[in-house]
Amino acid sequence: MKSLIQKLVETNSPSGYEANIRAVIRAEVEAYADEIRTDPMGSLIVRKGVPNPDGHKIMLAAHMDEIGVMATHIDDNGFVRFTTIGGVRPHTCLGGRVRFQNGAMGVIGSERLEDMTKVSSFEQLFIDLGFTNRKDCTIRVGDVAAFERPFVDLGPRMVSKAMDDRIGVAVLIETLRQIQSTPHELYFVFSVQEEVGVRGATAAAFGVDPELGLAVDVTGTGDTPKTRKMEVGLGKGPAIKVRDGGMLADPRVVNWMVSGAEKQEIPYQLEILEAGSTDARAIQLTRAGVPAGCLSIPCRYVHSPSEMVDTGDVENAVKLLLELLSNPVHLA
Amino acid sequence: MTKIKKEFHPFHIGDVQVRLLERLSNACAVSGDEGEVRKIVLEEVRPYADEVKVDALGNVLVTRRSKSENALRVMLAAHMDEVGFMLTNDEGDGLYRFEMVGGLDAWKLAGKAVWVGKEHQPGVIGLKPIHLAERDELQRPVTLDGLRIDLGLGAKAKVGDRAVFATSFTQLGPSLRGKALDDRIGVASLIELVKQAPPDIHLLAAFTVQEENGLRGAKVAAYTFNPDLAIVLDCTPAYDLPVYDGSENTRYNTRLGAGPAIYVADAATLSNPSLVRYLLGIAEDYSIPHQIRQPGGGGTDAGAIHTQQAGIPSVSISVPGRYLHSPASLARTSDWENSITLVHTALTHLSPELLKYEESL
Repeated sequence: MKSLIQKLVETNSPSGYEANIRAVIRAEVEAYADEIRTDPMGSLIVRKGVPNPDGHKIMLAAHMDEIGVMATHIDDNGFVRFTTIGGVRPHTCLGGRVRFQNGAMGVIGSERLEDMTKVSSFEQLFIDLGFTNRKDCTIRVGDVAAFERPFVDLGPRMVSKAMDDRIGVAVLIETLRQIQSTPHELYFVFSVQEEVGVRGATAAAFGVDPELGLAVDVTGTGDTPKTRKMEVGLGKGPAIKVRDGGMLADPRVVNWMVSGAEKQEIPYQLEILEAGSTDARAIQLTRAGVPAGCLSIPCRYVHSPSEMVDTGDVENAVKLLLELLSNPVHLA
Repeated sequence: MTKIKKEFHPFHIGDVQVRLLERLSNACAVSGDEGEVRKIVLEEVRPYADEVKVDALGNVLVTRRSKSENALRVMLAAHMDEVGFMLTNDEGDGLYRFEMVGGLDAWKLAGKAVWVGKEHQPGVIGLKPIHLAERDELQRPVTLDGLRIDLGLGAKAKVGDRAVFATSFTQLGPSLRGKALDDRIGVASLIELVKQAPPDIHLLAAFTVQEENGLRGAKVAAYTFNPDLAIVLDCTPAYDLPVYDGSENTRYNTRLGAGPAIYVADAATLSNPSLVRYLLGIAEDYSIPHQIRQPGGGGTDAGAIHTQQAGIPSVSISVPGRYLHSPASLARTSDWENSITLVHTALTHLSPELLKYEESL
């Protein structure tokens, strides 16, 4: 599974520009799908199973986009000014490397700071691609780039850019591959444009029109020095979301997930996230409303170029999904 | 990428179009009260439309069908509403408290002339004069609490009435000056496109309400039309002015006279990349001046449209305008002309292949 994860996280696909990652995922799932389509916004929708009186129509969503930057101006000396795509913060940018979709690499520099205790604002940052004037610069206003950082396998832990949410994508792919039989009509949705406001899942949920929804995404942790208080930690199992900044998970869905984990003795934790949200919110609010929840992979340093997850948590997330999706669902 | 295969008709803005824009710009249509502009739109489009309806929110939805049944269903949208004011308290003596509707700054309002209500009653936004201001008052920002709309006892207004900047449209050589060019210029373009619809598409024109207070009208219009793709015609700020210290202006958003601005990304929408590439290709093939709007904040009706139903590939094209959301905005006739030419040419050559992703299983 680690080679799959490496392949996914090292693919360059910021929000709105998911063609690269969609092709990678498509090749990985094709052999296991009953039907594959790409919806009008670009989300990849993979069906497994057929309608069944004992089963449900279930939408599983993991977003395939990642945060990134977009060129706004090429100056006289060939430096590229940029804006952000998704929740990029300036303090994770300085000295970072980005790769544009045409393959060009650049490093992020800053105007001189009067006060070194302050962080550069985005207005002070620029990308240096080694050009000396505007004419030679191969980047055009509107071109998009992703952060560049190779995958690192630390054994029990893995680090990379874009673990958010390629790790969720990996969990869904692995689940699809391993599932032997299901009473459900399953839709594995690899959604676009989550990082800019769950836009892809909003449209995909309307199109799929599910009876039950589950997102697989990352969540923050409270287990690093002097960080915010949060119960979730790395290595204590996948997290079952109770709430986040945009959604109260359906309590029946939470119960279903908790009993599945307990039945199979899979470690799990309950997640209360103060801010942020996931595709589950879009599913919950589509059409006349859908019971929805989220399985979260605990992740340190979210939205930095070095996001860290625990290998065991990832494996246990797959186990839990297999348990949940292989059996009939009785929400109570 | 595109092959020239059909006749090319660059659009010309003549006196008729300018007079229409003048009527539209001078009309008062603050978000939620778009009747005056709607009336002009209905009058103009009726003779050309296969179907016209006004929906529950007040959007004007116009259909002009192609003879070929399988033609692409293309939604074009332009918003009829403008930023302005709503009277909230009658304090007597001709004075009214008011709220701002849409994106406005209170500190820019003092001393501005306004038209109030359906009758366009003249008034002025009043503030304590500088003669009487204490020294420390001058350091404090002006807030709405200190401002009133003063009708001078010349007319009676009522709470809930709207007010707009009192600016009459005028031409300044190659430029156009008026209030509410955002987005009457888009409305005027859309009327022209309805009148001269390309024959090979089903044209679904939405003249929308309540864009300035949160893209509300476009949301329901897109749900109703559920088109194959959408192009939004709007007006976007040009801040192409010199920087005070002489350094390079890196944050101009758009530049006047550089052609229609194609959107790649704003705060509400990531434009469909195939549509952006297609528009750039058309503009280059036919030598239509154009620019890419600097990606960044802001939003157009595309933000509401593109996530409706199961998703609608969308893009926005704006005419650049200086000083938007102020009493007088300034645009170039050539940018307006080229924006209609770009959209018309793009629609003329549109093919369903453009929207296809990889083959499906």
